[in-house]
Amino acid sequence: MTMTMTVNGSPVSLPHDARVSLLDLVREHLHLPGTKKGCNQGACGACTVLVDGERILSCLALAVQFEGRSVTTIEGVGTPGALHPLQAAFIEHDGFQCGYCTPGQICSAIGMAQEIRRGVPSHVTADLAAPDIAPTRDELRERMSGNLCRCGTHNGIIDAIAEIVSADVLLPEPAQ
Amino acid sequence: MRPFRYSRAVDVADAVRLAGSPGARYLGGGTNLVDLMRETIEQPDALVDVTAMPGEIEETPEGGLLIGAAVRNTALAEHPAVRTRYPVLSRAIVAGASAQIRNMATLGGNLLQRTRCAYFYDNHGSRCNKRQPGQGCDALEGFHRNHAILGASAACIAVHPSDMAVALAALDAVVHLQGRNGSVRSLPVTDLHRLPGERPDVDTLLEPGELITAIELPPLPATLRSTYRKVRDRSSYAFALVSVAAVLDIADGEIRDVRIALGGVAHKPWRATRAESVLRGGSGTAAAFAAAADAELAEARPLPGNAFKIELARRTIVAVLRELAGDSA
Repeated sequence: MTMTMTVNGSPVSLPHDARVSLLDLVREHLHLPGTKKGCNQGACGACTVLVDGERILSCLALAVQFEGRSVTTIEGVGTPGALHPLQAAFIEHDGFQCGYCTPGQICSAIGMAQEIRRGVPSHVTADLAAPDIAPTRDELRERMSGNLCRCGTHNGIIDAIAEIVSADVLLPEPAQ
Repeated sequence: MRPFRYSRAVDVADAVRLAGSPGARYLGGGTNLVDLMRETIEQPDALVDVTAMPGEIEETPEGGLLIGAAVRNTALAEHPAVRTRYPVLSRAIVAGASAQIRNMATLGGNLLQRTRCAYFYDNHGSRCNKRQPGQGCDALEGFHRNHAILGASAACIAVHPSDMAVALAALDAVVHLQGRNGSVRSLPVTDLHRLPGERPDVDTLLEPGELITAIELPPLPATLRSTYRKVRDRSSYAFALVSVAAVLDIADGEIRDVRIALGGVAHKPWRATRAESVLRGGSGTAAAFAAAADAELAEARPLPGNAFKIELARRTIVAVLRELAGDSA
């Protein structure tokens, strides 16, 4: 029996070689190059994807660990003709320059919005017991600290995320 | 990366059975082990994935919490019982790594992660007694501002990188273990990790093949206040230079109970028992907090590059205790 997961809604066989990372599976085996390999050691966040809606680093993930799970990459978030609202906000606020970190930033921000809605505390959350967390800029910056932008567009990135989050626009689930 | 066999355990007994060979390792979120395998610093011939093991966060009959070893860091930090009754633990977890890594990392894996000493990672360029016993240590005369000031040896000055483990040390957490022959035992989390001595390659007192199955938090009186403060080179996503986890029970200015643990200063989460004994039963004044910090740090043996940590640790201990004492001091 072949073990499978889904990637952007399509069933995918797990690799036979257990060494294959989830990142290499999507880029090299599935030819989905949107997810980027930056450091390949868990320091930069460029490889961030969503697994069952949660953001993780695909470079540190062995693909075989994800049997039965649902993976969403940037290709499943939006398309040039049908941008996700956060992608449109990144364009509006100049949330990128070279664009290499952008797929990871956007997948990370989608996962982050769910975490805030769920009430997951962060390092800058003052009241751990509070059921609701205000998505202040400090909160957004802290929660996005795992995604580096070497071009230095962090202000634009936070502007774009803040617009979506503070407008209380529920981020739609990525397309499946 | 060297090839390895992969298998996924359905429960504890299955995991221990699958990891029966000497070259097998347990795999949690992989956030440290996969990286070390890619660098060929770790070369297991079999990985037993324990992330599917059952185990949630349960109330114990004594009023504490029992936490399965496969519980993810985020799930632990966000759990209402942890946030309200053990805030030091939530604070420590969210001070560590990034949100993506906390979503992957497990409780057991966090405890067993290895040092981030740059010389340990520099597999082909540096000498390291932790990587290769007897080879020598390039950190001693190298860039060691991140390294240990307490309990280090001439063989190794690496520090344990976990934030969460520092909080667990302050909370008197208990580690539940299962061995290859089915034997079950438990030990205080402060006894899980060892000081480097002559064998810095051995991080813990686990037996070969022994698996962390759960962590138990003992009940704490509702009057206990606790928090975690981490000092680092940047404000987020960096390892600690010094961190302090503290739990304080103070009434009418008198300290009824106190537990303090330090991170970023030693080969293991450092329980500050000397400081605690200075404080317990005494008055919670700033002077007493400073005297307690001095008592703990009297044993510090810094190197030229990390001597600043002594004053940093002293100030951080005092600041955290003053914060917890609040108006009671």
